[in-house]
Amino acid sequence: MILARKFYSSKMKGLLVLTALFVAVFGKKTFEGDQVLRITAKNEAQIFLLKELSEQEHLGLDFWREPVHESLPVDVYVPFHSLQAVRVFLRYNQIQYNVMIMDVQDLLDDEEREMVKYRTIPRSTDDFVYTAYHDLNSIYSFMDMLVAENSNLVSKIVIGQSYENRPLNVLKFSTGANRPGIWFDTGIHSREWVTQASGIWFAKKIVTDYGRDPVLTDILNNYDIFLEIIANPDGFVYTHSNDRMWRKTRKPNPGSSCVGVDPNRNWEIGFGGPGASSNPCSQTYHGPSVHSEPEVKAIVDFVKSHGKLKAFLSIHSYSQMLLYPYGYTRTSAKDQVELHELARKAVSELQSLHNTAYTYGSVITTIYQADGITVDWTYEQGIKYSYTFELRDTGRYGFLLPADQIIPTAEETWLALMAIMEHTKNNPY
Amino acid sequence: MKTFCSVWLLLSLVELSPAPPASQEPPLACTGAPDPAPPQPETAEDMASTGDLEPTHYPARRAAQVALHYLNTHHGSPFRVFGLQQVHKASAEDVAAGGRKYKLDFSVTDWGSGSAGPALRCSADVLFPRTERHSAPKVELHCEALQQINSTAQEDDAFYQKYISPDSTVSARDIPDSFGNMSEEMQPFWRLARVAASFIMLRESSENTEFNMAKVASITQQESSEEQLMLEFVVLLHDFPSQEIVQWKLLASWSPDRGVRVLQTEWQPRCPHATKPPN
Repeated sequence: MILARKFYSSKMKGLLVLTALFVAVFGKKTFEGDQVLRITAKNEAQIFLLKELSEQEHLGLDFWREPVHESLPVDVYVPFHSLQAVRVFLRYNQIQYNVMIMDVQDLLDDEEREMVKYRTIPRSTDDFVYTAYHDLNSIYSFMDMLVAENSNLVSKIVIGQSYENRPLNVLKFSTGANRPGIWFDTGIHSREWVTQASGIWFAKKIVTDYGRDPVLTDILNNYDIFLEIIANPDGFVYTHSNDRMWRKTRKPNPGSSCVGVDPNRNWEIGFGGPGASSNPCSQTYHGPSVHSEPEVKAIVDFVKSHGKLKAFLSIHSYSQMLLYPYGYTRTSAKDQVELHELARKAVSELQSLHNTAYTYGSVITTIYQADGITVDWTYEQGIKYSYTFELRDTGRYGFLLPADQIIPTAEETWLALMAIMEHTKNNPY
Repeated sequence: MKTFCSVWLLLSLVELSPAPPASQEPPLACTGAPDPAPPQPETAEDMASTGDLEPTHYPARRAAQVALHYLNTHHGSPFRVFGLQQVHKASAEDVAAGGRKYKLDFSVTDWGSGSAGPALRCSADVLFPRTERHSAPKVELHCEALQQINSTAQEDDAFYQKYISPDSTVSARDIPDSFGNMSEEMQPFWRLARVAASFIMLRESSENTEFNMAKVASITQQESSEEQLMLEFVVLLHDFPSQEIVQWKLLASWSPDRGVRVLQTEWQPRCPHATKPPN
């Protein structure tokens, strides 16, 4: 016992000196760099030392297996800031150990991913987590649930198949037959994740507000709303599985090792002009021919066969802009004055909620020349209220917008959408 | 294909700061059969834009972004990165030596202080030279009250002390991750990467580009040298007009006294069909 005490006092002094050197304790919210060590004490004296170690509270150690007996392993969780001290202490006292968990945060991240994969599927759209980003299957399930819960208001139309044969689903919100329509699409550029996430929120908002909000109710009593939440499902899956920054479709290009076409340069309006690229490796590759992408063709066919769409809103991110035609030419659109004034109003409504500042104007003057874009084509088809939105933010997070901004973004954008829908309803043509 | 990628990388490693082709296309080696050169953004932009400019339109905004990159290279730190809030006034004129000079009046905010921060008013002259080979824009900048905004000296020092220790070996990937998440511990590193990336974005800018930093692919702390924190970053830059994601590896130093310096930069071509950047 006396031997142990002597042993204890000199070793403990060493430990105290070391801990004094590494004293900063930071309030941590993550476990980056933290480790779990498995210690093998070879005698009672070492067990004693480990017990003393466990009493150094400022080290923040957590013994998952307490030091009991030299025949039993001792597992200890060591926060990053104490690692150096603990390792030196163990080496100094010749106590054997090995690293069981290299980085606790990595482990947690892996676990989180597993948990998310096997998370119980929400049983209703009230259960659905709107404050998180979801994958394709979850979003398609959401659509089916929404339809099931609101079958007299919502139906699902499949307007075509993607290149990789995924259904192109459109939710139709309708209270009567033969109505003129209003169209929204989100996610045509797959990396713009806040748009698909907002689309989900819009869908839920519509069913929630119908019958409660007089303006929306009036709109829906006169117009159908069509919402394509995932306009580019192949790209979207790819952003989850391979490349978070993927923008285009996933159709291979013959003669090139580069895949994909920019679905917002593939439309038959100014096709192939300088505001698009003819290089398949480019992010703005217009494709081999107009409407060559099935994702685009499906919308073209839908618009033509419907024949009575009165507003067409294509939603992108980022840069906080509300844009109207044209992108392919500097010639002003015939309805420029009205479109500009309506944009001003919509942006003012948007800003009223969270003070988010938007700029607005024609595509070609405000953002860049872009040829073969969706809203130029829909405008030329006679859909006067054709707008492109660019949602949050202005570059700080860009495409990687934190999930806690999904709802504020969706809420403020909704006010702009409502302003446009209301104007459409009040100005029939 | 993979061999071509690695050969290309080896070649590009030889040059410490190569400029990518102005079009920033992936190297021929990655595209297989030679593809036609992409069309340059052209005449529409060239025609426009002298005299008074609409502040919300892209010519003024791109020039203001360049001024922002310049501001961040001089005043950015682990606790301070400036973002563009609004362009108030802008004009441009062609200059005799060839090139276009923009005069700007704009406001910026400090991303470090969140939405609570005050806006700073700045004025800048940004000259885009017209030369055979791309050369960096020249910026003259003045921001009022720059000295009066809350000093971050305390946080800078605490951060410096924490990581200058010889045992410090910070290493991280994907800041932020796909979901926009970033730990609090990583935020100053993200800001440093953003400031260091500003050196590159400034150098590579033209009237036909508009750069942001899309994400930090990796951070690897190197051995401290001359009392500077040494950090190797791999960053992904996003260019608006081309919508391309451009990958750069760079070595930067920082200390509270000397600020951020960029010592080496290396463009890392991404073969578009590869799932992971070659490194």
